[in-house]
Amino acid sequence: MGDIVNGAEALIRSLESEGVEVIFGIPGGAVLPLYDELFDSDIVQILTRHEQAAAHAADGFARATGKVGVCIATSGPGATNLVTGIANAYMDSSPIVAITGQVTVNMIGNDAFQEADITGITMPITKHNYLIKNPRDIPRVVKEAFHIASTGRRGPVLIDLPKDVQTEEFEYHNPGKVNLLGYRPTLKGHPRQIKRAADLIVKSERPVIFAGGGVIASSAHEELRQLAELIPAPVTMTLMGLGAFPASHPLSLGMIGMHGTKYANYAVTESDLLIAVGVRFDDRATGKLESFAPEAKIIHIDIDPAEIGKNVRVDVPIVGDAKLVLKELLKYVKYRARKEWQDKIERWKRKYPLSYSKDDKTLRPQYIVEKVNELVPDAVIATEVGQNQMWTAQYFKFEKPRKLITSGGLGTMGFGFPASIGAKVALPDETVIDIAGDGSFLMNIQELATAVDFEIGVKVFVLNNQFLGMVRQWQELFFNRRYSNVCLRCRRMEFTKIAEAFGGKGIEVTKPGEVEDAIKQALEIDDRPVVVDFKIAREENVFPMVPAGAAINEIIG
Amino acid sequence: MKHTLAVLVENKPGVLARVAGLFSRRGYNIDSLAVGITDNENLSRMTIVVEGDEHVLEQVTKQLNKLIEVIKVSDLQPEESVERELALIKVNVDPEKRAEIMMITDIFRARIVDVSTRTMIIEVTGDEDKINALTTLLRQYGIKEMARTGKIAMIRGSKVIKREKG
Ligand SMILES: Cc1ncc(C[n+]2csc(CCOP(=O)(O)OP(=O)(O)O)c2C)c(N)n1
Repeated sequence: MGDIVNGAEALIRSLESEGVEVIFGIPGGAVLPLYDELFDSDIVQILTRHEQAAAHAADGFARATGKVGVCIATSGPGATNLVTGIANAYMDSSPIVAITGQVTVNMIGNDAFQEADITGITMPITKHNYLIKNPRDIPRVVKEAFHIASTGRRGPVLIDLPKDVQTEEFEYHNPGKVNLLGYRPTLKGHPRQIKRAADLIVKSERPVIFAGGGVIASSAHEELRQLAELIPAPVTMTLMGLGAFPASHPLSLGMIGMHGTKYANYAVTESDLLIAVGVRFDDRATGKLESFAPEAKIIHIDIDPAEIGKNVRVDVPIVGDAKLVLKELLKYVKYRARKEWQDKIERWKRKYPLSYSKDDKTLRPQYIVEKVNELVPDAVIATEVGQNQMWTAQYFKFEKPRKLITSGGLGTMGFGFPASIGAKVALPDETVIDIAGDGSFLMNIQELATAVDFEIGVKVFVLNNQFLGMVRQWQELFFNRRYSNVCLRCRRMEFTKIAEAFGGKGIEVTKPGEVEDAIKQALEIDDRPVVVDFKIAREENVFPMVPAGAAINEIIG
Repeated sequence: MKHTLAVLVENKPGVLARVAGLFSRRGYNIDSLAVGITDNENLSRMTIVVEGDEHVLEQVTKQLNKLIEVIKVSDLQPEESVERELALIKVNVDPEKRAEIMMITDIFRARIVDVSTRTMIIEVTGDEDKINALTTLLRQYGIKEMARTGKIAMIRGSKVIKREKG
């Protein structure tokens, strides 16, 4: 016989048996029973100040560790506040489980107080979701939710739990094995396709590896390196793929796409074989599709069959887990010298390095990112969205996976800071820095309170241009410098004072000469958040750049 | 080009919304959708007629397969399957045309299932062409109302659509 428990207790037990150690969330009427149960639980509970931040923190936790992140919100507004965070996790295939309270079962559909149809709302932005009407389903559903979130192409799962289901008592039984008729991700690649891929690779003259977030998700970075060295082929990465291949490796081409390196974009354009691993051919990476890798045959390895052939025609499709597929592929690929191709790429690299103008007086964001990289090369770096994100992607040399935490697919301003909190909670001994824009930071700045409360020593390095910088850049380049609604010149606002008022540490930097000391000072503090307000050159732009709709080799600047 | 998909799904609340939502958000055009349970009460079968080229069909199939509650998606070839639809058609009946309408009904092996002084309801089963042909003929008398089930279909012969995901 099992113990008699109520739904809330069953949920917490189920979370514990999934190994959940920390959750992010905010209580409210419809989750009172749950929070009452949590009061006695060993699960660490991080009370955020906004549910969006709870979802982002769970996401940051997941990205930093590869484990499932968990967030909780009450019904209605609590649940809808999670929505951006869930959509963000969905777009970047990040495994989170979101738990929401719901009005009592008999009230559902009556527009009761704080009712929102959160399973309906999140249907298109979750991998799957559940509305539990019977507490006996809780153990099974939680188990399924974690299984779905963390296998195949990872993603968010939401569980909606009406209040009366939380209080109803029943006999608890451990769920059996997960049995989902309609969910059996393909992990092993098709042997014949793998051999065909190897054939194409051996025959190719100008191969390029194109690696994305899928490589990181499946921990295939080591196999990827072996493959690149074996062929040998240069490697370019999407934003989500940065860290999948060491930036310092001679075969690294850095990032592809809109703000990628010229040599990556040129190499892909001239290649005769593109080996795409864990990418989804997003428009920010490919530019104009008709001109993308026009001379190349394409091998596409991905765990999600629906990604294969979605945006580009593929010559060799391989559905499977990147790590398993690459392991197999390594058995058939043989080394072949491709001196001409390598020389050409070397020439491009020498001719078109990433660069920016340097002088002693102007505080430039690229210099700050380089300094951070120099002083803490191993740090976990979160970013916000906009120029700050692109400068980080360009100038921080990511050597390892799971070091960059950034909102790629959705491009969510306000993601970086709460995500960095999630990462720091997961990895308390690591340095975690959110490289932020002033606009983005303001979108979840209230989380300073969370970081102070829980003594979370994250650092926020604000590249403060007093603009919605990336939008301003587009207005400068494509709208005749008509700076419509992008100026954030809050003359009296000081980030340092905001940080201090919350109980954190604030440091202001206005000159290049102060950068190093400020970073070092920030690094010494680990028991509260530190905000460094870098007053950067206001109209610095991100270059190089592919204009919207252009081919990636039409890269300018 | 029209394709007929047989979609085996778990018989759970919300599954229809998931499927319908997928079609609208990805911009696929549904011609018709019919759904009912199977001999296994835990499973429902949807027959979806979708308009699109091979690329669209491939994407629709793959995206449907990604839904956790979708168990199997099969593209039914018209030449290899039986396709049926049922329609109820309410027509105006002038007394002097009554015999004529009854004759047409007969020719189509349709049935008259309701009669009043001014109207009749005709029930017809068949493939899309047959139902279209009948409605074209009946239009001259004035169709007052029509309800169609949408197509259901099944592969001919011993081949069946099984539970394992394809
Ligand atoms: C939530 C949200 N709203 C709006 C945008 C559109 N947007 C993209 S970049 C950007 C400006 C970002 O400004 P800031 O955070 O100051 O960063 P900067 O580009 O100056 O580094 C905006 C408004 C977005 N990506 N996310």
